[in-house]
Amino acid sequence: MPAVSKGDGMRGLAVFISDIRNCKSKEAEIKRINKELANIRSKFKGDKALDGYSKKKYVCKLLFIFLLGHDIDFGHMEAVNLLSSNKYTEKQIGYLFISVLVNSNSDLIRLINNAIKNDLSSRNPTFMNLALHCIANVGSREMAEAFAAEVPRILVAGDTMDSVKQSAALCLLRLYRTSPDLVPMGEWTARVVHLLNDQHLGVVTAATSLIITLAQKNPDDFKTSVSLAVARLSRIVTSASTDLQDYTYYFVAAPWLSVKLLRLLQCYPPPEDAAIRGRLTECLETILNKAQEPPKSKKVQHSNAKNAVLFEAISLIIHHDSEPTLLVRACNQLGQFLQHRETNLRYLALESMCTLASSEFSHEAVKTHIETVINALKTERDVSVRQRAVDLLYAMCDRSNAKQIVAEMLSYLETADYSIREEIVLKVAILAEKYAVDYTWYVDTILNLIRIAGDYVSEEVWYRVIQIVINRDDVQGYAAKTVFEALQAPACHENLVKVGGYILGEFGNLIAGDPRSSPLIQFDLLHSKFHLCSVPTRALLLSAYIKFINLFPEVKGTIQEVLRSDSQLRNADVELQQRAVEYLRLSCIASTDILATVLEEMPPFPERESSILAKLKRKKGSGTVSDIEENRKERNTNVNGGVNHSSANTNAKVTSSSSTDLLGLGSNTAINSTPPPGPSTAASLLVDVFSETSPTGPLGAPSAPVSDDNFSRFVCKNNGVLYENQLLQIGLKSEFRQNLGRMYVFYGNKTSTQFLNFSASVVCQDALRAQLNVHAKPADPTIDGGAQLQQILNIECVSDFVEAPVLNIQFRYGGTLQNIAVKLPVTLNKFFQPTEMTSQDFFQRWKQLSAPQQEVQKIFKAKHSMDTEVTKAKIIGFGVALLDGVDPNPSNFVGAGVIHTKTTQVGCLLRLEPNTQAQMYRLTLRTSRDSVSQRLCDLLSDQF
Amino acid sequence: MIKAILIFNNHGKPRLSKFYEHYSEDTEQQIIRETFHLVSKRDENVCNFLEGGLLIGGSDNKLIYRHYATLYFVFCVDSSESELGILDLIQVFVETLDKCFENVCELDLIFHVDKVHNILAEMVMGGMVLETNMNEIITQIDAQNKMEKSETFIFQSPRQDR
Repeated sequence: MPAVSKGDGMRGLAVFISDIRNCKSKEAEIKRINKELANIRSKFKGDKALDGYSKKKYVCKLLFIFLLGHDIDFGHMEAVNLLSSNKYTEKQIGYLFISVLVNSNSDLIRLINNAIKNDLSSRNPTFMNLALHCIANVGSREMAEAFAAEVPRILVAGDTMDSVKQSAALCLLRLYRTSPDLVPMGEWTARVVHLLNDQHLGVVTAATSLIITLAQKNPDDFKTSVSLAVARLSRIVTSASTDLQDYTYYFVAAPWLSVKLLRLLQCYPPPEDAAIRGRLTECLETILNKAQEPPKSKKVQHSNAKNAVLFEAISLIIHHDSEPTLLVRACNQLGQFLQHRETNLRYLALESMCTLASSEFSHEAVKTHIETVINALKTERDVSVRQRAVDLLYAMCDRSNAKQIVAEMLSYLETADYSIREEIVLKVAILAEKYAVDYTWYVDTILNLIRIAGDYVSEEVWYRVIQIVINRDDVQGYAAKTVFEALQAPACHENLVKVGGYILGEFGNLIAGDPRSSPLIQFDLLHSKFHLCSVPTRALLLSAYIKFINLFPEVKGTIQEVLRSDSQLRNADVELQQRAVEYLRLSCIASTDILATVLEEMPPFPERESSILAKLKRKKGSGTVSDIEENRKERNTNVNGGVNHSSANTNAKVTSSSSTDLLGLGSNTAINSTPPPGPSTAASLLVDVFSETSPTGPLGAPSAPVSDDNFSRFVCKNNGVLYENQLLQIGLKSEFRQNLGRMYVFYGNKTSTQFLNFSASVVCQDALRAQLNVHAKPADPTIDGGAQLQQILNIECVSDFVEAPVLNIQFRYGGTLQNIAVKLPVTLNKFFQPTEMTSQDFFQRWKQLSAPQQEVQKIFKAKHSMDTEVTKAKIIGFGVALLDGVDPNPSNFVGAGVIHTKTTQVGCLLRLEPNTQAQMYRLTLRTSRDSVSQRLCDLLSDQF
Repeated sequence: MIKAILIFNNHGKPRLSKFYEHYSEDTEQQIIRETFHLVSKRDENVCNFLEGGLLIGGSDNKLIYRHYATLYFVFCVDSSESELGILDLIQVFVETLDKCFENVCELDLIFHVDKVHNILAEMVMGGMVLETNMNEIITQIDAQNKMEKSETFIFQSPRQDR
């Protein structure tokens, strides 16, 4: 019997829908809908109480209108009223309306919550299910506040019906996702784990989903789920397909549950207990064996279900990455799928192989499929599949096959779909750089890249080729020759002009001996492109010209002529005009020696992570790409890292010497030997080139954003938790005396897994390097699960400072490299020594410090309650002596202290005047140094 | 997690939309259009997975879809779901609809939006798979219908029903 017999629906609804469907135009439809909305509105507003049937009918109409994309701005109250009905049909339609139409921020939530509360305690399983569904579908924070304690109770209560348990598990999962802080872990957690043993497979499936999410955040609390999951999985895998009755899907035993259990196991490392481990290996082998058995049904559903389990098993094998035989079997299985006639399987096989390629056990096995993958790239009809093929080629690339893969990718690029071109360009650029044995190949590849897909070559790519050419003198002549030849093409991409301009400007002299590329020919070639280029490129070319004047005195006249022309000197663009004027002037007045110094060849770029890689990671999220990268990095440590490291200092020196004031150029960067491509992008280029962190900074790893969440908490105290995430907690204990300090940093491993390659270093950037010395004792490279590691930092304050040093932490957790950067709360006030003094002394000194730049004052609103005792504690914590009875107004606070630095001592007086009525403070600081007054004022005013 | 479940016909007319994450109504409509655009231009017998559109989160999400006669069934999921598993889930959903409506067709979805939502609610809850066993789902739906029947006597006769 069909569950819904045709024609028993609501006639009014059917008529309305038919009307809409018969509308000939959008206008007619809107008209009909507005008419209906008016009708429903008047019915809802009318005096006559509507019966349940009518309410249901109208709500259904509203749902239909909403589905068509029209806003519904009424009816919510009626829906809420339906919730409190004790008739099932009315209640159900009320809940339906709310789950489809109500947003989590709605004011209605409170009203709804009341009805839900009643239904949850009704002990009627149908009502309870409706209520749980509603919580799960809306999942707002307010709902979490109301029900986070109740739902776990329902979930683990002994007398709860199976269907309610199922709903409760998923409802709890939703609440945990939206507001993890509101879901208290507790004694229920252990009982949730035991739901894995439940009779009802539906309950087990729901519980597994819940445990997966909880275990990701709290691995220790749910460790016991591993053995239970293995046991359950083993029972399913070995069962005859009829044992599980309804949960057998097209002859496959409980495929969804198997998939979930395999996912759950991926939250943990391989089980340590040999028996469990053995049992799991058996399960995985059985699943792999079943893949080879002839199918029990020809239906696609059968093979889908079977392969869903198989792919998940392979994921687990890859995740564990510990059983070489299983890994190789997995790889062979995927290899079969690569040639399967089902597109879905080819797609998934490519995707899984990508992760397999990063395992050292199976990398070689994956490489054997290279021809198939290249073939897929050429012949697959579906762009989704081709994209996976590109990903896999990228993942399987190493020194042995780089040339082949890069060549294939380049040739594919000519016809590739627009949507994936940029990504392919980035990948080719990275592979070419990483596996370049001889750099002529690298230069050829990148120039090809620009030729084939110039529009998709981002700035990062062409910056990078220039950095590499500059850093490697063996390739400079070849690069100059190649760009010169490439520029001969009648139409070449602007990016090529940029690279060409830069390289010829630096190294044009290397090919000038050949009469076919004499200085004048080089210049004419570049200048022939000038007028077709955008402003940033022209700016770059102008810089190349001035470099030519230095390289080739014989073309000086020609170039000066060009610079002198009206189209340059009077260019409407300020940047171009300025460059033309300054370069012309420079070429006229500077002697050859000065020119040679100013326009010297670029110094080598400091070696660091390729910005292209960073870009690819940004594009792809932090997923597979970085994993593969990291793994690979380990295997061929620094094959190409041989470029000499020059510190940022050399760069800085060159910069300052080249913009000497004799030229009257002041702060203009145009003359500096990096030609910025234009005002808008200049900043980013400079950042890119000069933003080198100090030599102790983490090289070659993605840099993390610096966290300063807890920074201001430490201004007035010395101990506490500085930083915490799911893996790591950092605690601090510090003491300071005069201009010296010692900081104990405690790194707590919150997980059960060992951290490897742990390193922590402190970086003082820019000006701070001269102002503050921080010496970090090296820390152990490993931290065991649950253990704590202590590191001592010795600090010396040389002179007053503003910025804070950054603590960079790096370690390997599981397969991935973790990077954390935290601002260390070393602030100027730490070097205070309190000074007691009398009222008379205080005011005498106060008057002495009356020069305007010595005083800094700030009036600000109170952020916290204005408690006198708290304020006193903060001022003392800040480091000054709190002087009682000095200020005539007893509600004011007055303090005095001396900042000790190695070079000098700075006396410091402060006064804080609270105004409780206005909830405002006025803070005044007087010190003998304006920079100190300002910094202290900023630090302290933030505390109230 | 399943982010959204969309059903639309060959012309892009939505027949069911269920979002498990919050978007504004406008965005929801745009997502439906974008998804239709992405899915409908694909040939038959290419693969059933593709990266999600920009509006629903780009390449972090996948669209997994099936095309039945006049209707597209599209599930938008994140990386925590098994692609083939979801493909099977769509099949279970359709088979269940087929049982409940006896040879389900597009019109059934139009005229019984509430029923379709109820069936879906038995399978997916808050974006997670609740039940995959078709018999169990149908038992629940039957129980609901019985309850509904037992309450019908209270309804007014649907005479001036407009």
